[in-house]
Amino acid sequence: MTAGGAVRAEGLAVGYDGRAVVDDVSFALEPGQALAVLGTNGSGKSTLVKTLVGLLPPIAGDARVLGEGPGASPARVAYLGQVSPSGFVLPLRAADVVAMGRFAARGLLGRMRADDWRLVAAGLARMGVSGIAGAPLESLSGGQRQRVHIAQALAWRADLLVLDEPTAGLDVAGRELLSVALAAERARGAAVVMCTHDISDALAADRALLLSRRVVANGPPAEVLTREAVMETFGLVLSELPGGHELAMDPVHRHDGHGH
Amino acid sequence: MGPLVDPFLDNEFMLRALVAGCLVALACAVVGTFVVLRGLAFIGDALAHGVLPGIAGALLLGLPGIGGALVGAGVMIGGVTLVRRRSRLSGDTAIGLLFVGMLALGVVMVSRSESFTGDLTRILFGEVLGISWSDIALQGAATVAVAAVAAVCARPFLMLSFDRDQTQVAGFSAELYDWLMLGMVAVTVVVSFQTVGTLLVFGMLVAPPATAALAARRIGAMMALAAAIGVVSVAAGLLLSYHYDLAAGATIVLVEVAIFFAALTAQGVRRPARVATA
Repeated sequence: MTAGGAVRAEGLAVGYDGRAVVDDVSFALEPGQALAVLGTNGSGKSTLVKTLVGLLPPIAGDARVLGEGPGASPARVAYLGQVSPSGFVLPLRAADVVAMGRFAARGLLGRMRADDWRLVAAGLARMGVSGIAGAPLESLSGGQRQRVHIAQALAWRADLLVLDEPTAGLDVAGRELLSVALAAERARGAAVVMCTHDISDALAADRALLLSRRVVANGPPAEVLTREAVMETFGLVLSELPGGHELAMDPVHRHDGHGH
Repeated sequence: MGPLVDPFLDNEFMLRALVAGCLVALACAVVGTFVVLRGLAFIGDALAHGVLPGIAGALLLGLPGIGGALVGAGVMIGGVTLVRRRSRLSGDTAIGLLFVGMLALGVVMVSRSESFTGDLTRILFGEVLGISWSDIALQGAATVAVAAVAAVCARPFLMLSFDRDQTQVAGFSAELYDWLMLGMVAVTVVVSFQTVGTLLVFGMLVAPPATAALAARRIGAMMALAAAIGVVSVAAGLLLSYHYDLAAGATIVLVEVAIFFAALTAQGVRRPARVATA
C-alpha cells in the first residue's frame, strides 16, 4: 500500500531539548501490522510516539512514517495522546469530539460531507457510544470519555493509528470493543502503534518493543516477552499474565485462552 | 417603557454609548469564550494592563493612544513568549513579571506629567459616554474582524481548546493559532480601551462567557449566550448609570459580574457546581 512500509525507524533517538530519553530504536512496521510499545511510566513510550507523529523532532537517527517525515500527512495519521484530567470540561457533545477526527482530512474550511458524518457515526458505534452521541461531555464517566476519544481516532480513517495507552480507564467491554475495532482497522490495511503497560495487549500485536529508557527487547511478542525482558522493563517478575498466559521461556500463547 | 428607552432616544451620547458597548460586548463574547475555554484569563488581564505604557507613551508623543496600545500589547505578548522560552519558568510567572513590569512602567510614565492624571482614569476606566461615531466605526471594524477570524479558524481553535498535541497532529500549527488567538485578545482589549477602559474590558472579556459556560452545552451556544448577556448588561449598566448617576463603564461590568454570581447561585441550587474558571 505504501512504499517504504507504514513506519521505519533507524537508529532513532527520542527525547526533549536535545537530551535523549531512549536511543537506538530501529524497527519496521508494515501496513496492517500492529506494534505494541511496552514500558513503565517514564520509560520513553510517549516520547517515542510523539516523535513518530511529528510532535517532537528526532534527536538522532531517522524516522519515516508512511514513506515521509513525521507529521507530513496529517490526514493519514491518527493520534490519541494520554488524556490529561482537567478540572474544566469543554461544553461539547460526544459527537462533536468524534467529529474533530475528520478535521485533518477536511482542513481549515473544507465542508464536512455525508461521508464524514458516516465515519463519525461509525466511530461512535464501534466504541459502543452511539447512544450518548448527543450527551454533553461533562455528563460522561472517565471510561465513556475514553471511548469517545478512541472513536475520534477511528473516525480519522487513517493509514496509521498511534494510540498512547488507549485502554486506560476502559472497562472489559470497552477493551473488547477496542480490540475488535483495531483488528478491523488492520484488516483494511491500517497499521497500529500502541503504547501500553499491559503485557496481554502486547500479545495481540505483531511486534513488541520493550522500553526502559533503552530498548530492552524488540521483535515478535512470542520471542521477546521473556521473563528477563519483562523483569528489566517493569522491575518485577510476573508468574502469570492477566489472561492466564505464561511468560516465554515457556511457550507464549497469542490469544486470550479460555482453554488455557 | 419610558425610563428604559427614553434615555437612549433623548440623548445621542447615550445612543452612541449603547452602540459602542454592544460592539464591545459582541467582540468580547467571541474572544472571551476562547479565553475561558483555554484558560487564558491571566494573559488577558495582563494584556489589559500591559497596554498602559503604550498608551501613555503615545499620548506623551502626541500620537493616537490606540497605536501605542497596539505596541504595548505586542511587547507584552512577545515578552511573555521570550521569558517562557528562555527561562523554563511557567507561563504564569512570565505573564506575572511582564504584567507588573508594564503596569509599573505605565504609572512611572504617567507620573512624569501632571496633566496625565485625568488621562490615566480615562485609560483605565474608559469614557463610554464620550465616545464618537468614528470610535464606533473602529470598534465595529474590530468586532467584524475578530468574528471573521474566529469563524475561519473555528476548527483549530476548537481543537486547541480540546487538545493541543492533537491540533498539531491534525495539521494545524498550534503555535500559529495560539498567536492568532492572543492577537484577537489583544485587538479586543486595544480597541475597547476607549469604551470601557483597559481595566474594565477584562471584565467584559471573562464574565459573560464564564456565565454562559455554566449553562451552555456547545461552544456556539456559549458564544451566543455570552453575547446576549453582554448586550443586556451594557443596556442595563448604561440605564443604571443614567438614572442613578453612576460611572457608566464600571456599572456595565458590575452588572455582568452580578449576573455571573446570580447564575452560579441558581445553578448551585439545582446541581453541584462545576469548575468554570480558567
